[in-house]
Amino acid sequence: MTMTNDAQAVLPPVPGLEDDDPPQLTPAQKKRATSRHLAFQGGTAGKLLGYFGMLAAVLLFFVPLYFIVVTSLKTHGDIYSNPISWLPNPFAPENYSYVINEVRFDKYLRNSVIITGILTVVEVSLGVMTAYGLSFLRFPGRNLLFLLVIASLMVPNQITVISNYALVASWGWRNTFQGIIVPLAAVAFGTFLMRNHFLSLPKEIMEAAELDGTGFFRTLFRVVLPMSWPTLVAFTLITVVNEWNQYLWPFLMSDTDAVAPLPIGLTQLQDNEGLTNWGPVMAGTVLTTVPMLIVFLILQKQMIKGLTAGAVKG
Amino acid sequence: MTAVTTPAIPGLETTTSDEPTKRSRSLNWRHIGLAAILIVPNMILLGLFTYRPLIDNFRISFYNWNISSPDMRFVGLGNYIEWFTDDTSWQIARNTLIFTLVAVIGSMALGLALALLLDQHLRARNMVRTMVFAPYVISGAAIGVAFQFVFDPGYGLVQDVLGRLGLDTPAFYQHSGWALFMITTTYVWKNLGYTFVIYLAALQGRRSDLDEAAEIDGTPAWRKFWRVTLPQLKGTTFFLSVTVLLNSFQVFDIIQVMTEGGPFGTGTSTLIYQVYQETFVNNRAGYGAAVATIMFLIVLVVTLVQVKLQDKQD
Repeated sequence: MTMTNDAQAVLPPVPGLEDDDPPQLTPAQKKRATSRHLAFQGGTAGKLLGYFGMLAAVLLFFVPLYFIVVTSLKTHGDIYSNPISWLPNPFAPENYSYVINEVRFDKYLRNSVIITGILTVVEVSLGVMTAYGLSFLRFPGRNLLFLLVIASLMVPNQITVISNYALVASWGWRNTFQGIIVPLAAVAFGTFLMRNHFLSLPKEIMEAAELDGTGFFRTLFRVVLPMSWPTLVAFTLITVVNEWNQYLWPFLMSDTDAVAPLPIGLTQLQDNEGLTNWGPVMAGTVLTTVPMLIVFLILQKQMIKGLTAGAVKG
Repeated sequence: MTAVTTPAIPGLETTTSDEPTKRSRSLNWRHIGLAAILIVPNMILLGLFTYRPLIDNFRISFYNWNISSPDMRFVGLGNYIEWFTDDTSWQIARNTLIFTLVAVIGSMALGLALALLLDQHLRARNMVRTMVFAPYVISGAAIGVAFQFVFDPGYGLVQDVLGRLGLDTPAFYQHSGWALFMITTTYVWKNLGYTFVIYLAALQGRRSDLDEAAEIDGTPAWRKFWRVTLPQLKGTTFFLSVTVLLNSFQVFDIIQVMTEGGPFGTGTSTLIYQVYQETFVNNRAGYGAAVATIMFLIVLVVTLVQVKLQDKQD
C-alpha cells in the first residue's frame, strides 16, 4: 500500500471525509474500540480482504483517469501503439498548446466561466429569496407555491426542451448568452434545500427581529445568513458543478463557438479530430474537467453535505 | 445532479400547525408585499420555462411540425398511434428499460458495497473515498468523449486489460448489445459516487448499538448485514432507487457523445434520445413531443407509486 500512502501525502487534506475516531480515548475505551473493530472485521483475514477491496476500487477509478491524462500527453504514434505505454514517450505537452491556441479552448473556457458565473449568482440569489419568503413570511397560498416549486423537480428538463427551444428561437436568442442562461435560471432544488435549513433555525430569533422592526436586508444579512453559511456553500457548489457540466440545452442553443461552453466545445473538437487524433481530444477532456475537480478536492465536504442533506432524512 | 424527488417534505406540516392566533390569521400586508418581491421572479421563470412548456409539449404532440417552420398540421393522436405501432419504438423502450434497470441495480449494489467497505477502519480510506466520488463532478459529455477511447477496440484501455487476461475485445461499436453495455458501464462508473456517498452517510448515521449487540451475540457477518444493517438502510435504499431511476431515465450526454444512439440507428437509443433525434435531427417535433409526453407519464407514474409506497411505510 505504499503507493496509496504516498498519494495521500500529495493530496490536500480531505476535510469532512475525516475518520470518525474520537480524538481522546481512555486506555479502557481504546481496548474496547480495538476489540470491537477486530470483531467487526473478522481479524487479520477480514482486514486483508478489506484492503484487497480497496485496491480493486482504486484500480477501477484511478486507472481510467490516469489513462486519460497520460494519453493527453502522448504523440500520435505513441497513442496508436500496442500494448499501451503507461508513460508518454516522448512527453508531448503540445497537445495542450494546440488545443488552446489552434482550437481556441480559451474561448470555451471564457464562455463556461461567464455562463456558470452568472447562473450561480442568479440561482443562489433566487433560491435564498424564494426560500426566505416561503419560510419566514406569512401570506395566503404559501404552501401551494412551495408545492409548485417541489413538483417542478419532477418535470425532466428534456420534456420542456422542444417548446422552450421554439420560444427562445422566436426571440432571436439562439447563439446568445441570455438564450443559454435565462431558461436554466429557475431554482427548485436549491429553494428546497435553503427552506429546509431556514425552518430549522430557532423561531425566537426571527420573532425578535420582527418585533424590533428590523428591515429585510438587515435581517437577511445580519441574522439569517450568518447562521446559514454551510447550507449556502453546499447549494452554491452544487449549482456551480451542475451548470458547468450542463449539456443538452447549451448544445441546442449554440451552433458556433461564440457562446458554446467547454463540454460543447469538447464534443465539437471530437467531431473534428476524434477517431484520428486522440491526443488533442484528451487534452481538451482534461481541460474541461480539471476546474471542477479542483473545486471538488478543496470543498468536497461542503458539497457532499448538500447532496446528503436532501436524501438522508430517515 | 440534483435529487429529483424528496421522500418527505419536512416543514410543510409545521406551517399549517402555526398557532391560529388572531394576529397570524389577519393578513400582514408587509409580509405579502415582501413575499411578492422575493418569490415572483423565480415563479415567473418556473412558469415560463417549466410549466408552460410542459403543457405546450402536450399540445405540440398532436401536430406534425418541423420546429424551424411556422406551419403545424393537426394529426390528432396520429403521433401516438405511430409510436405504439412502430417496431423501433419497442427496441427503444427495451433499451431504456435495460439501461435504467442495470444502471439502478448496478450503481446501488456497487455503491452500497463500496460504502460498507470504506466505512471500515482501513488506512488511506479517505483517499479512496475521494477517488470514488470524483467522477461524479465531471461532465458527462467529457466522460463520454474520453471513454470512447477507453473502449476503443484497437488501442483503448479495455482491450489492453482484456488482452492481458487472454480475452477477446467485443465489438463495442458494431454490436447493439455491447454498445448498450458500454454506455451503461460508463454511466455507472460516473455516477457510482452518488449512491456511494448517500449510503455512506446513512451508514454513519445509523444506530451502532444494534451492530454492537449483534457482535456481542456472535452473529455471523453476513447474517448481521441482512438482519441488522440492511433494514436500517431501508429508507435510503428506497430514496436512491427512485432518484437513480429518474436520473438514469434522462441520460442524454453520454449516449449522444459515445454512440449517437447507434449502431444501426437505434442500437443504444433511449426514449430521451428519441425525443432529441426526432425533434432536432429528423425535424419531426410533433412526434418528438409525443415521445416526450409518454416519457413524462412514465415519470409521473413512478413518482406517484413512490409517494404511495412512502405513505404506506410511514
